[in-house]
Amino acid sequence: MTVPLSWYLIFATALFSIGFFGVLARRNAIAVLMGVELMLNAVNVNLVAFWRYLTPTDLSGQIFVVFVFAVAAAEAAVGLALMISIYRTRKSINVDELNELKL
Amino acid sequence: MTLPNLDLPPLLPEIILIGMALLLLVVDMAARFRDARAEGSLMAGLTFASVLIAAGATAAGIGGGDASVAGVVLVDDLSRYLNLVVLLAAGLSVLLAWAYVPQFSRESSSFYALVLLATAGMMFMGKSVELITLFVSLEILSVSLYILTGFNRHQLASAEGALKYFLLGAFSSGFFLYGLALFYVQTGSTQLAEIAAQDSGGVLLLIGLGLLLVGFFFKLAGVPFHMWAPDAYQGAPTPVTGFMSVATKAAAFIALFRVLAAVPGVPVEVWGWAVAIVAVLTMTWGNFAALRQKSLKRMLAYSSIAHAGYMMTGLVAGTDALNAILYYLFAYAFMNIGAFAVAAMLERPTPNAPQDATIDAARGLFDRRPALATAMAIFMLSLTGIPPLVGFFGKLYVFGAAVSAGWAWLAVVGMLNSVVSAYYYLRVVVVMFMAPEDETSYVRSRIPAGAGTAIAVAVTGVLLMGLLATPVFVELGRAVIALR
Repeated sequence: MTVPLSWYLIFATALFSIGFFGVLARRNAIAVLMGVELMLNAVNVNLVAFWRYLTPTDLSGQIFVVFVFAVAAAEAAVGLALMISIYRTRKSINVDELNELKL
Repeated sequence: MTLPNLDLPPLLPEIILIGMALLLLVVDMAARFRDARAEGSLMAGLTFASVLIAAGATAAGIGGGDASVAGVVLVDDLSRYLNLVVLLAAGLSVLLAWAYVPQFSRESSSFYALVLLATAGMMFMGKSVELITLFVSLEILSVSLYILTGFNRHQLASAEGALKYFLLGAFSSGFFLYGLALFYVQTGSTQLAEIAAQDSGGVLLLIGLGLLLVGFFFKLAGVPFHMWAPDAYQGAPTPVTGFMSVATKAAAFIALFRVLAAVPGVPVEVWGWAVAIVAVLTMTWGNFAALRQKSLKRMLAYSSIAHAGYMMTGLVAGTDALNAILYYLFAYAFMNIGAFAVAAMLERPTPNAPQDATIDAARGLFDRRPALATAMAIFMLSLTGIPPLVGFFGKLYVFGAAVSAGWAWLAVVGMLNSVVSAYYYLRVVVVMFMAPEDETSYVRSRIPAGAGTAIAVAVTGVLLMGLLATPVFVELGRAVIALR
């Protein structure tokens, strides 16, 4: 028995929605970043499933996934560095408490 | 396995910039500078030289026909003019950063290397005709700008603006990517040309386009996706603010045009409404929020949101408005970076970093520095859209394109918004020329040579491009004719 393509798509959509909810609901910056990573990985699941089921001879789907990995890693490195620099002065990375810049 | 035969010479400008970025990092490691100023000047000089050479190489290629490299980037006259806008913004910002960055940082080499990488990313984004390249170049420019925004590590505002920019930018990348993935599903290809060759649209393509537009609107700071922009623009070092408010918009607009021109089966009546609604919200919100700002930089940040809205007005006219938007981008590069450069001169130095300038800091500026006040007045009047300055012609062409495409009401909303914007732009002029000097006023006792040059070039650009509006516009029209 093979798993139909639609299952992957439903799974990826669910994963994307969980990540989306995490970004909106979490107040800790690291948890927000984890939500973003879930969203990016949902796209990866999508891309790999499409590649396998629709265009197995054309590698662009797989290559896309590799680039998404690399970009996500670079983003995480920059984001965590920014959080450390804020934590050093603030002792907190709660996004609600970042209110230096207001009217 | 054979490697593809790459035809690299058309990408010479980008190669120069990336090569120089790597060279700066090596020079920094090899030379071990003692003095932050000496290091800053050397790095800025090298960066400025490479920007000039890249601009020269780009300008030499104009009219030289189209060249496709490996099927992923297309070097045509549209992308060459985009290169010039981005390099102009980068050059002016580097001149401004020359004396600015050593005030708070000993790491000038990384600063300028990141500026060069962001510039190269923007240039690639405007010429990418393939989805993976589009995504990677967008991320190159975004990640570089996240770091540049938070470059002043000693100032909490800078790090805070950077973190907000980063979190929302990464969030929007998720939408952008999901949209690209749906394009790939529906068409089985990542090449824009192959996507455009499909005869039917399909619902996934429509959803994908919607998600992609969300991603683009985040980068363009379109309302309601603008939440990061005022904080990131205010927190970032002033040269970075000027650079990213102009160059990111330029790259995103041109890339958006290429995508919209390629999507099959989605007529302008469908996406045009989405763009028109966002344009109205962006103009109105940006202008009304700018009215009540006390910080000069934050006011300019909101004004930059409003200007993104004006440019989106041209977007609904489709490829017919491309030359209008290109003209507006050139105009905006001169007047906006000029305004940020003057704002930087009004920032009071503190041990860690220059302090944000309030609008009141400009009180009595005309009495103390008549030339600087006159330059700022020219930028403010041009941003308002007073003829014969360049900002007027920018709005004229963009709104004109919207009218001839049948979106007259949108142009009317844009003009009403310009009237609102006159209030806060002219307030700066009034404060400079009529308010007496008091303890809140501040201007640097010596204008650094780099910043002075940047302001002088910007003034010249605003005046000249206004006088030569018609020939420039016609020339830009010739450049974009191929895309129609």
